[in-house]
Amino acid sequence: MTTVTAPPAARPAAPTTTPKARRRSPMAWIREHTLLAVTVVIFVFMLLPNAVILWMSFNRPVGKFDYVWHQFSLDAWLNPCANNEMCHSIGLSLQIGVVATIVATILGTMIAFAMVRYRFKARSGVNALLFLPMAAPEVVMGATLAALFFNTIGPGGLGFWTITIAHVMFCVSYVVVTVKSRLAGMDPTLERAAQDLYATPAQTFRHVTLPLVAPGIAAAALLAFALSVDDYIITVFTAGNLETFPMYIWGSVQRAYPAQIDVIGSLMLLGTMAVIALSQIVGRARTARR
Amino acid sequence: MTAVAPTSAAEKPVEPPPAQRKLRRNLTPWVLLLPGLLWLVVFFLVPILTSVSASVQQGDYDDGFKLTWHWANYADAITKYGTQYLHSGIYSVLCTVLCLALGYPVAYFIAFKGGRWKSLLMALVIVPSFTSFLIRTIAWKTILADNSPLVRTLSDLHVLKITTALGWTVGDHVLASPAAVVCGMVYNFLPFTILPLYTSLEKIDPRLHEAGHDLYCNTFTTWRRITLPLSMPGVIGGTLLTFIPAVGDYINAQLLGNPNTGVVGQKIEDLFLRNTQGYPVGSAISVVMMVGTLILVMSYIRKAGTEDLI
Repeated sequence: MTTVTAPPAARPAAPTTTPKARRRSPMAWIREHTLLAVTVVIFVFMLLPNAVILWMSFNRPVGKFDYVWHQFSLDAWLNPCANNEMCHSIGLSLQIGVVATIVATILGTMIAFAMVRYRFKARSGVNALLFLPMAAPEVVMGATLAALFFNTIGPGGLGFWTITIAHVMFCVSYVVVTVKSRLAGMDPTLERAAQDLYATPAQTFRHVTLPLVAPGIAAAALLAFALSVDDYIITVFTAGNLETFPMYIWGSVQRAYPAQIDVIGSLMLLGTMAVIALSQIVGRARTARR
Repeated sequence: MTAVAPTSAAEKPVEPPPAQRKLRRNLTPWVLLLPGLLWLVVFFLVPILTSVSASVQQGDYDDGFKLTWHWANYADAITKYGTQYLHSGIYSVLCTVLCLALGYPVAYFIAFKGGRWKSLLMALVIVPSFTSFLIRTIAWKTILADNSPLVRTLSDLHVLKITTALGWTVGDHVLASPAAVVCGMVYNFLPFTILPLYTSLEKIDPRLHEAGHDLYCNTFTTWRRITLPLSMPGVIGGTLLTFIPAVGDYINAQLLGNPNTGVVGQKIEDLFLRNTQGYPVGSAISVVMMVGTLILVMSYIRKAGTEDLI
């Protein structure tokens, strides 16, 4: 009885299934899930260090170096600035990051507009000049900039402004690429419509173009800021006696590696995740309102 | 007469004559381009020229450096640091190949099987990069420490004996070995490979896969004949974006390596920052390195045939 009632559901489907599906064997199952398994393993590889950083931020290390787990403690989280030097270097990195981001975003956005909206000679030359800073090894850019600064202002002149100049230099190309892709994907008819409605070029730019490109500019600024704050190699060549946060971390590998560094590392991750979650929520709310 | 002239002058800016308008149209892009390009010329191109000149100078910090066309700096730069060039070359090529091997399946999975999780998975690829790369690289010191579960497992499985025999690891340690350096490099540069790969894979119409299957291709043949050729721009972009920074990288060699894993970048930094006479030879090495990288990249691009990189 039961054998009669069960098949009808399966029978009509049988002729349409492909030959492959009929030969479902354990091998096929493995083959189908290999890609998934490989992907999961690689994701673990990519995310493991962040998990370790979070874990080690709650550690009370035995010696000077927070490399091996010893004991749970909230010390580092309760006194993130126990080491004054570290917080000072973070402040410096943030200052440089903000100034470099503002300058690089303005310069890069202007270039992006010129590249997408205008025809001009020497376009390929400009392209090459923009591509080269992304293609040159960082250590070469750092060393050559150091050579320039040594020759012009001398080793004593290195400091805040030389670091900032260097950061703007390597951020501009990335800003151009990011803003350019946003501009190129924009519908040109929207601007024409504004002009048909008697908007002046300035009004069109302010009320139509800028709001449309703004996400691209924001993304570019975020990228520039991340690149600037995280840069070590070029910075070390242009910093003189100053110590940015990456330089502080580098030095701590030789001196002492406090758990506080892992606290900052965790905060960076949690902060980024919060920003992404917030932008998702805002974006969803905005689409819902429409 | 005088009353007429001002009005015509006042009207002029509103409707400029064609010649003036054309001039303005030709000038506007340059006004937009100039500040940024000037910055790049002064702080990128000029430094390279300065360091070419610095590379044939002699002297030290106290007495200053003089241009003496001392070409022997190049002889030093090339002959004295052979092992470092070799290490940089091996590590960066190995890193690029491994990144491609690991990055391709991930990009493929996200692009074709990601479904509605696509953007979340891509975020997972990028989000770690927002934590300082130095802190993340140092975290590998914990993961690869002698007593860590991973290393103990590898040791118990006698894997370390094989890798030590091959010279990848040193004794019972994974840390402070070539294997750790390459592991750190692959970890650091993997997102740079995945991003361009994903971008080009994502553009491929999945119906092409169905077409391949309809024509009796198995999954592998479909990949080899359809997906791979279409994803070549991503492969080229990804390998370049990985290889170029990997050649110059010395962070991983310094943090995860030992004195025998020295790379070119470490030497350049040493010569510039910790050697009072090293600056000309340091410049010579960076010139050699940049020319070498450019030749490699250009020949690769020519062979692979992708012009629009940006």
